[in-house]
Amino acid sequence: MTKGWTLYDPRLAWMLVAPVLLLLIFFLLLPIAMMAVYTFFTFVTAGVEQGTLTVANWHEFFTDSYYHGFLLKTLRVGAMTALICGVFGYFPAYFIWATTFKHKWLLLLLLIVPFWISFTIRTFSWINILGEQGVINVTLLRLGLIHEPLQMLYTEGAVILGLLHFLLPYMILNVYVSLESIDRTLISAARSMGCTSAQAFREVTLPLSLPGLAAGLLLCFVLAAGSYVTPQLLGAGRDALFGNLIYDTIMGQLNWPMGATLSIVLFVVLGFFAAIYTRYMGMSQIVKGLGG
Amino acid sequence: MTARTGDKEGRWAWRLTGFITVCVYIFMFAPIIATVVLSFNSSMFGGFPMTGFSLQWYVKLLGNEQVLAAFRTSLWIAVVTAIVTTAVGLVTAFALVRFDFRGKQILSTLVILPALVPETILGVGLLVLIKAVDQPRTLLILVLGHILLAVPYVVLIVQARMVGVRRVYEEAALSLGASRLASFREITLPLLLPAVIAGALLAFTISFDNTSASLFWRPAGVETMPTQILSMLKISISPEINALGTVMILVTVGIPLIGGLILQSLTRLKRRGEPKEETQ
Repeated sequence: MTKGWTLYDPRLAWMLVAPVLLLLIFFLLLPIAMMAVYTFFTFVTAGVEQGTLTVANWHEFFTDSYYHGFLLKTLRVGAMTALICGVFGYFPAYFIWATTFKHKWLLLLLLIVPFWISFTIRTFSWINILGEQGVINVTLLRLGLIHEPLQMLYTEGAVILGLLHFLLPYMILNVYVSLESIDRTLISAARSMGCTSAQAFREVTLPLSLPGLAAGLLLCFVLAAGSYVTPQLLGAGRDALFGNLIYDTIMGQLNWPMGATLSIVLFVVLGFFAAIYTRYMGMSQIVKGLGG
Repeated sequence: MTARTGDKEGRWAWRLTGFITVCVYIFMFAPIIATVVLSFNSSMFGGFPMTGFSLQWYVKLLGNEQVLAAFRTSLWIAVVTAIVTTAVGLVTAFALVRFDFRGKQILSTLVILPALVPETILGVGLLVLIKAVDQPRTLLILVLGHILLAVPYVVLIVQARMVGVRRVYEEAALSLGASRLASFREITLPLLLPAVIAGALLAFTISFDNTSASLFWRPAGVETMPTQILSMLKISISPEINALGTVMILVTVGIPLIGGLILQSLTRLKRRGEPKEETQ
C-alpha cells in the first residue's frame, strides 16, 4: 500500500483500528472522564449547574443512607440473580454437552433465539404470566385454589424472575463453551481408573468447567446490577434498582452532577467486582496451566 | 463405592439434569408463547382467559401512526448500525489478529468494554459529554452510540473465526502478486463470511432491541420501537401490545433464521462442489 512498509506494519494496523479507536475514545472514554469531572460540579437548579468545583455531591452520597440502601439492594438482587442463574444454568449446559441426542444444535439454537427477541417484549411478557389476569392466577382461580388473585407482579421476586429470564442464556452458553473445551478422554480415564460417574464429575468435569461458570456469574451479576428496564416494568417503585435511580436523577430531577456521581459509583463498584474476577481467573488459569 | 452404585447414581443424576433442562426451556419460552397466544384474544383486556380468536389488535396496530413511525426509525437505525459496525469491526478484528503493535492488548480489552459497562452508565456518560460541549442530541449520535454497543460482539465473532484462518493463504496470494486489498477481498473475506454475516445480524438485533441507552440518547420527540413499547406500557397493558410483541418476534427471529438458512444452503452447495474440484 505504502512504500517502505513491512507486510505487517504497525502503521497499517493503526489505520485499520482507527475508526473503532476514535469511537471508543469519543463515546466511551471521554464520556466517562467527563462524567467523573461532572461529579464535582455544583447543582444550581433543575437542568442548570455551575463549573464551580465542590465535593457536595460526594458528601451527599456518602452521608445519605437513602443511596446506600439502593446500592445494597442492587448488589443483593444482582448476586441472587447470578447465583440462581449459576445453579439453574449449569444443568442445561451439562445436559446439552453430554447428551447423545442427534439434534443437539436445536437445543443450542433455542438458547440463542431469546437473544433475538426484543428484551422489552421478553420482559413485559412476564406480565401475561404473573399478572392478575396472567396464566398462573387465572389457572389457580379456575381450580378454586385461591379466591383472590395473588400479587406476584410488581415485587422483588418478579424483578429477579425477569432478570433470570434475561440472563440464563448467557450463563448456559458460558458454561457450555467451557465444558466443550474439556478433553473427554479425561473423563473416560477417570472412569476406567475406578471413579464412579459422580466422582468423575466432581473431580474432573466440574473443576474444568469452573472458568465458564465464573465468567457467567460475573456477567450475570454485572448485567443484573446495571439493569434498568426489568425493575421498571416488573417491580414497584420500591423495587427500583440503582439504574432506575440514576435515570430518575438525570431525566426526572435534571440533577446532572448527582446523576453523574451515582453513575461513577455504579461504575466503580461493578469494576471492583470485575477486577476481583480477573485476578481470580488469572490465578485459576495458572493452576490450569500447571495441572495440564 | 462400587462402579454399579455409581452408575445408578449417575442415571438418577442424569434424569434430574434432564428434568431441570426441560423446566429451564419451559421457563424461557412460556411467557413468549403466552404473549403470542394472547395477541389473538378478542377480549378487551390484555389477559386470560381467552374469549375468542380475533385479529382486531393487528388491524388496530396497522393504523397506529406512532408505532409505525417508531418501527421505521428503529429499522433505519438498525440497518445503518449493522452495516457500519460490520465494516469497522471486521478491519479491527483483522488488525488485532494479524498484526503486532504496541497497545494491542489494551485495545482488545477496551473494545470489549462497551459490552460490560452497564448501558445506564454509557447512556449518562455520553449525555453528559454532549451537554458539556453544548451539542444537541441528534440521530447521528444515537446511531454512533448503537455502533459502540454492537462493536464488541462483531469484533469478538470475527476474531474467533479469523484465528482459525491461516495467514499463509493471504500471504500466498500476496506473493503471487495480489494487492493487499485483493488478497483481503478474495481470500480473507470469503473465509470469514459466516462470521461476518453472523456479526451483522447480531449488530442489527442489538440496535433494533436497544432500550436503556436509547432512552438517554434519542433526540427529543424521536421514539424507537423499544422506547415506544415502554411508553405504551406506562399507560396500560392492552392486547395491542401483545400483537406488537408478536410482530416484533416475527421480525427479529425471522430475519436471522432466514439468514442462517440461506447461509447453510450456501455452504452446502459449496461443499457439494468441492470434491469435484479436487478430483479434476
